[in-house]
Amino acid sequence: MFIAIAVLAPLAGALLAALFRPFAGRTFAVGASVVALIIAAAAGIITDYRHLVLHVPDHLVMRGNWINVAQFTPHWALRQDTLSLVMVGMVTVVSALIHIYSVGYMAHDRTEPRFFVYISLFTFAMLMLVTANNLVQLFFGWEGVGLMSYLLIGYWYDRAAANAAAIKAFIVNRVGDLFFAVGIALTWLQFHSVSFDTIFAAVPQARSATYHLFGADLPVLEVIAILLFIGAMGKSAQLFLHTWLADAMEGPTPISALIHAATMVTAGVFMTVRMTPLIDAAPVALQVITIIGAATAFFAATIGCVQNDIKRIIAYSTCSQLGYMFIAVGVGAAPAAMFHLINHAFFKALLFLGAGSVIHALADEQDVRKMGGLWCTLPITYVTMWFGALALAAIPPFSGFFSKDAILAAAFADHTSASLFAWVAGSLGAGLTAFYIVRLMLLVFHGKPRGPADTMAHAHESPAVMVGPLVVLAIGALTSGFLLAPRFIGKAFAAFWGTSIAEPHHAAVMHALDGIPAWGAELPLLLAIAGIGVAYWFYELSPAMPGKLANAMPGLYRFVLNKWYFDEAYDAIFVRPALRLAHLIWRVGDDEVIDGVPSGLARLTTEASGQAVRLQSGSIAIYGFIMLIGLMVLVTVFLLAR
Amino acid sequence: MSFPILSLMIWLPLVGAALMFIPQGSDAAGARNARWIALWTSLIVLVLAAITLVDFNPGIHGFQFTETAAWIPQFHIAYRLGLDGISLFFVVLSALLTPIAILASWREMRRVRDYMAAFLLLETMTIGMFASLDFLMFYIFFEAVLIPMYLIIGVWGGERRIHAAIKFFIFTLAGSLPMLLALVWMWHHAGTTDMLTLMHTPIAPHIQDWLFIAFLASFGVKAAVWPLHTWLPDAYGEAPLPGTIMLAAVLSKMGAYGFLRFSLPMLPQASAYFAPLMFALGIMGVIYISFAALAQTDMKRMIAYSSVAHMGLIIVGIFTFTVIGIEGALFQMVSHGLVIAALFLCVGILLARGHSLRLDQLGGLATRMPVFAAFLMFFVMANVGLPGTSGFVGEILVMIGAIQINFWVAFLTGTGMILSVMYMLVMVRRVLFDHARSIANAVIGDLSAKEWLMLAPLAIMVLGLGFIPSGLTTAFHTAVTDLVHAHVAAMSPPSHFAMARP
Repeated sequence: MFIAIAVLAPLAGALLAALFRPFAGRTFAVGASVVALIIAAAAGIITDYRHLVLHVPDHLVMRGNWINVAQFTPHWALRQDTLSLVMVGMVTVVSALIHIYSVGYMAHDRTEPRFFVYISLFTFAMLMLVTANNLVQLFFGWEGVGLMSYLLIGYWYDRAAANAAAIKAFIVNRVGDLFFAVGIALTWLQFHSVSFDTIFAAVPQARSATYHLFGADLPVLEVIAILLFIGAMGKSAQLFLHTWLADAMEGPTPISALIHAATMVTAGVFMTVRMTPLIDAAPVALQVITIIGAATAFFAATIGCVQNDIKRIIAYSTCSQLGYMFIAVGVGAAPAAMFHLINHAFFKALLFLGAGSVIHALADEQDVRKMGGLWCTLPITYVTMWFGALALAAIPPFSGFFSKDAILAAAFADHTSASLFAWVAGSLGAGLTAFYIVRLMLLVFHGKPRGPADTMAHAHESPAVMVGPLVVLAIGALTSGFLLAPRFIGKAFAAFWGTSIAEPHHAAVMHALDGIPAWGAELPLLLAIAGIGVAYWFYELSPAMPGKLANAMPGLYRFVLNKWYFDEAYDAIFVRPALRLAHLIWRVGDDEVIDGVPSGLARLTTEASGQAVRLQSGSIAIYGFIMLIGLMVLVTVFLLAR
Repeated sequence: MSFPILSLMIWLPLVGAALMFIPQGSDAAGARNARWIALWTSLIVLVLAAITLVDFNPGIHGFQFTETAAWIPQFHIAYRLGLDGISLFFVVLSALLTPIAILASWREMRRVRDYMAAFLLLETMTIGMFASLDFLMFYIFFEAVLIPMYLIIGVWGGERRIHAAIKFFIFTLAGSLPMLLALVWMWHHAGTTDMLTLMHTPIAPHIQDWLFIAFLASFGVKAAVWPLHTWLPDAYGEAPLPGTIMLAAVLSKMGAYGFLRFSLPMLPQASAYFAPLMFALGIMGVIYISFAALAQTDMKRMIAYSSVAHMGLIIVGIFTFTVIGIEGALFQMVSHGLVIAALFLCVGILLARGHSLRLDQLGGLATRMPVFAAFLMFFVMANVGLPGTSGFVGEILVMIGAIQINFWVAFLTGTGMILSVMYMLVMVRRVLFDHARSIANAVIGDLSAKEWLMLAPLAIMVLGLGFIPSGLTTAFHTAVTDLVHAHVAAMSPPSHFAMARP
C-alpha cells in the first residue's frame, strides 16, 4: 500500500500541476508537486521501515495486465524486495529534497511549473523502473527517465547548447537502449518470459545453452548479459557511451543533482544488480563489466582533474563513481555496488546542490577560475560541500570511505586479471578523485576572490529553502556510510538482501573482504590522502605549479583537457559521415538512381501531353465516368480471359 | 441474412457524394452543403464502424458480418464481404480518419464539392477494399483508390502536384498490372475468385514464386517497400494535407494488408522462400529511409520519410510468420495510422497559420504555442516508440518476433530506435525550440477548439493503446493465430503439392 503511494504520488503531483496550471496559477502547480513528493518520501520511508526493519514479508502490489500476446505477457506490478525498497527510499527522499531546493532555485524562472511537472514525472518513471517485476516494465521506466532527462537538459530551449546537449543525451542513450531491447528479446527467446523470478529460476538450466552469433555458438547467458550491460553503459555513462553526461550539465542545476548524479544514471547499475542472478552465470560478461567499469573510473577521474566548469568536474566525478559501482558488480560484490550507489546518491546530490548554491550566488558563473574566497559569504554551503567532498574523496568517517573501500577490497579479493586491473585503476582513481574534488573546493571557497568585483560583492548565502536540503544531505553524507555498512555489506548482508541479489558467486568475495592484507586494504586511503595533499600543495601553497606542469607536458594536458578527444572522434567517425550519407541517399540514391526511370517517364508525359491543363479543367464527374468505363473494360477483359 | 452493415458503410459515402451533385442554387451554398454532407456521412460511417467494433466477437474463427450475393454466378464471382480480426481495425481506422481529414479540410476553398466528393469516394474504396472477400472486388477497390487519390493530389496539391500525381499514378499502375495477371491466373486455377477458397487452394511452389513477385510489385508499391518508395515523398509532400493523412494513415496500410491477406495464406511456400528478401527490404527501408529523412529540410517531407521508415518494421514483422511478430506488425499498422495522422495534422496546424514548413525558418514555437508543442512532442515520442505509447507495443512485439528469425534481423530492424530519434529530435528542435528564424512565423495563436477536437482523441487513443494494448491484440489474436497455424500446416507436408495443378 505505502509503496503504491510512494510510486504514484509523484505522478499525481505532476498531473495536478499540469492539468490545473491554466486555472490555478503557478503557486498551486509548484505546491502540488512538492507536497506530492513529500508524501511520496514519507511513504517511501514508511515502507522501507516496515519491510527492512520490521520484516513484514515482501509481496507484489498492483498486479495488472499490460501486453498479452502469445507467451509475451509483461504485466504491471510493484515489486517489494530489498533491492527495490532501498532504491524507492533513496529516490523518493533525494527527489523530495531536490523538489524543495528547486522552489528556491527556480523561483525566478518564467516557466517554473513546467519544471516541476518534469521532475515529478521523472521521479515517477524512476520509481516504476526500480519497482519493476519484469524487464519490460523496467524498460518503461528506463525510457521514461530518458525522455524526462531529454526534456530537462533542454529545459532552457532557447539556448542552442542546451538543445544540442539534450539531443545528444537522448541519442546516446538510445544506442544503449537498442542493445537493451535486443537483450530483452533474446531473454524472452531463451526463457519465454520477461518476468524476473521466472528468468532467474531458469538460469541454471540455461547455463549450457548456446546462441549462434558471429559464426560461433556462444553461451546464451553471456550474450544476454553483454547486451543488457551495453544498455546499462548508455544510461550510466560508461566509457564509449559517456559523452552525453558532461554536456547534460546544460540543464538547471537541480536536474544535474537529481538525474545526473543521484537517480537516472544509477539505473544502469541498478539494472545489472537486479540481473545478477543471470549475469553471475556469465563469467566473460562479468570481466567485461569489471574492465569497462575500471577504465571509466580511471578515465573520467583524469578528466575531472583539469576541467574548469564546476558542474563538469562533478559530472565527470559521477561518471567515475559509476565505474566503481560496475567494478563491484563485475567482481561479484553487488551489495557493495548498491552500498556505493546509495552513499553516492546522497553526497553527489549534495555536491551538485552545493554547486547550484554557488552558481546562484554568483549570478550564473560556473568557471572555478573566476571564483575563490567564498567560504565567508556562503558559510553553510561551504561546510556542507566539504562533507560531500570528503565523502567523495573516501575519507573516514564519511560515507564514501566505507563503500569505495569495500569495492576495492572486493576487487583485490577476487583473483582474476580483470579484477587486478580494476583494483589498480580504482586505487589510482581514488587518488585522482581526492585531488580533483579538493582542487574544486580550494578554487571555489579558498584563496582570493578572482571574479569581477561586483559579482563577488553581491554573493550571498542561499535562502533557507535551499540550504535546508543541503544540511539534510550533508548529514546523510556523514552518516549513511557507517549506519548502513553493517546491513549492506556486514556479516549478515545475505539475510538483508534476501533473494533480491544473487547468492553464490559474490558470497565468496563478500566474505573475503575483511581477509585481505593490510597494504591492499589501506592503499586506496593512502592514495586519497596523497591526492588531497597534492591538491593542497598545487592550489594553496604554490598556485603557479599547475600552470608549470601543464606547460611541461602540453600534449598530455590538451589530451585530458579535451576529454581524450572522444567528442571529436565521434564527430568524425559517426556524426559527419551520417549527415553526408543522409544527403547522398536523398539526393543521389533516391532522386537519381531509383527515381531515374519513373521520373523520366513522368517528365515526358508531363511535357508532351499537357496533362496539367486537362487535369485542372475537368470535373470530378468526368473522372468518375472514366473510372466506371475503366472498370467495365477490366471486367470484360476478365470475362474474355476466362 | 443479418443487417448488411458493411455494405452500408461502403456505399453510404458514395450516396453522400452523389447527393452533393444535386443542383443547389449558388456555388457558395453548394460548397457549404458539400462540407456538411461529407462530415455527416463520414460521421455516420464512423458510428457504424464503432458498432462493428462493439459487435465483433474476438473468439470466433473466420469472418464475421459476412454478406454474400450473386454477382456473376456463371464465373463464380460474387459480392462477398466480411471482417476478421485482421481487417476490422483497418475499416475502423478508415472510418475514423475520414471525418478527421474532412474537418482538416474545412477551409479548402477551391472546388469544394468535388473535393469533398473525392474524399467520400476514397472512403468507399478503402473500406470496400478492407472488407472484400472476393478477389475481383478487392482488385477493383484496390485500383479504384487510385482515382480519387490521383485527383486529390493533382487538383488540390502543392506546386509540383502534377509531377507528384503522375509519378504516383505510374508507380501504382505499373505495380498493379502484375497483380491483375496473378488474379487472372488464380481465378483460372481455382475456378473462383472467392478469397476463402483461394486460401485453401494449393498452388505449385514454382508458380507461387511468380505470383509472389506479382503481389510484391503491387503491394510493395502501395506499402512503399524500399526501393519502390520514391513516389511517396513526392505524393505526401505535394498532396493537400488531408490527402496526405489518408495516404499515410490508410492507403499505406493497403499494401501491408495485402501481404497478410494474400501472400501469406495463399502462397505459403513462396512467402517462406522470399522471407529473407523481405527482411532485407524491410531493414533497408528502416535504415536507408531514416537517413533520407535526416537530410530533409521540409517538415512535411521529413514526417513522410519517417512514415516510410516505419513501414519497414511492419514488413519485417509480417514475414516472421510468428504470432508475436504479426500481431506486432498489425499493432504497429494501427498505431502508425494514428500517430502519423496526428503528426500530419500538426503540420496542417502550422500551415493554417500561414507558416512555412521549411525547417530553417521555423523555431521557437514552444513559447508561443505551448499546447501545440505538448501535442507535437507527445506524438513525436509515440513515433519513436516510447513505452507508454502505442508505438512501443508494436515495436517491441516486432523485435520479439524478429529475434526468433535471427539476431541480426532483430538488431538491424531495431536500429530504427536510434535513427528515428535522430531525425525526429532534429525536427522538434527546429520547429519548437531555439528562436523563431523568420518574421513570417511570428504571427501566432495556440490551438483552436476544432484543432483540439482533432488532436485530443488521437492522443487519448495512442496513450490508451500504449497502456491497454490488449484491447487491440485480443481482437486480432484469433485471426493471427489461425493464419500462423495455417501457414505452419501448409509448410509441413511437402507432398502436398503433387496435385497442385488441375
